[in-house]
Amino acid sequence: MFWQLFYTYLKIGTFTLGGGYAMLPLIQREVVDRKGWIDEKEFLNMIALAQAAPGLIAVNSAIFIGWRVGGWKGVAGAVLGAVLPSFLIILAIAMVFSEWKELPAVEAVFKGVRPAVVALIAAPLVKMARAALKNRDDSLEISGYLPLLISLVAALLIWLGHVNPVWVITATILITLVVVDIVERRRK
Amino acid sequence: MIYWQLFYTFFKIGLFGFGGGLAILSLIQMEVEQYGWMTQQEFVDIVAVSQVTPGPIGINCATYVGYTIGGFWGSVLTTSAIVLPSLIIMLSVCKAYFWLNNRFSGNPYFEQTLRMLRFTVIGLIASAALMLMKPTTFIDLISWIIFGAVAFFTILPQVYKNKVTETLSHPILLIVLSGIAGYMIYA
Repeated sequence: MFWQLFYTYLKIGTFTLGGGYAMLPLIQREVVDRKGWIDEKEFLNMIALAQAAPGLIAVNSAIFIGWRVGGWKGVAGAVLGAVLPSFLIILAIAMVFSEWKELPAVEAVFKGVRPAVVALIAAPLVKMARAALKNRDDSLEISGYLPLLISLVAALLIWLGHVNPVWVITATILITLVVVDIVERRRK
Repeated sequence: MIYWQLFYTFFKIGLFGFGGGLAILSLIQMEVEQYGWMTQQEFVDIVAVSQVTPGPIGINCATYVGYTIGGFWGSVLTTSAIVLPSLIIMLSVCKAYFWLNNRFSGNPYFEQTLRMLRFTVIGLIASAALMLMKPTTFIDLISWIIFGAVAFFTILPQVYKNKVTETLSHPILLIVLSGIAGYMIYA
């Protein structure tokens, strides 16, 4: 089971560009459709859990599927398979790039690429904000566009206030728990 | 000492990295800047390389930062450290899977926390972009034109969805085209 999971994840990890989310449909095709290791309903539950838990989604999904399919050996195989291709490719690039980056041609290419990278980080925000707003629930008495105020405050705290994102995340969790607790108590 | 710092930092990033790769960028950026491990320019270059190579962006970033600071063993350490919290948390989740499923779906504390974290994550990603909008990244008017064009083609399929706009919105294509533009303009 170690080798089967290792090989499956190695294949997915080597051939998907574009990060963890891009890997999910490929994982589904291999694990659910081809191998039949878990069914579709469990796969969807897995995605929900992998997204809710901290860490990288691709790695979280590898751990879940590895465990369900092959226990400890499965986890070891799936995680190594998911991580190893990126690790080796980046290691090779890092070794070469430290010598190349002084070249004027390489510097020119990166001068063009840098603003593109910032746009690729910023532009998906529109889609994410729309998706988060659609998933509405008015029980906390903040509705409409109001929740985006949380995003704004978080961004300003980190950008201008240089607050570590770790504290912003911790504060979000604690404040939400307190507010939900007050609302739940009032309801009873 | 540097190895312990690398391990501790990337363990923390793995532990608080809610919302996947892009959200993790702001965590990595903040830590790397605080320790003075690399310049902002180097960080953007790493993100660019991570986006055009296969695999999760978080792993790519961790490996690259680890190698730059601590050589081969540095990269082994950072990559293991970012995965370790996932291992601990997801294995507990797996062991408690059925119990969790019955207990947490519909639980207002759990569901609302996840919902609010989504909005915080949007702020985190926005801050990552804002922190990179500096004269080192945006050197002249052409930088802003590239930024505008890439943002335009990324958002376009949401307004006007068809095969052409979908193809043009592909991040790797956009990075390659920006690189070619950079070469032709600046070299």
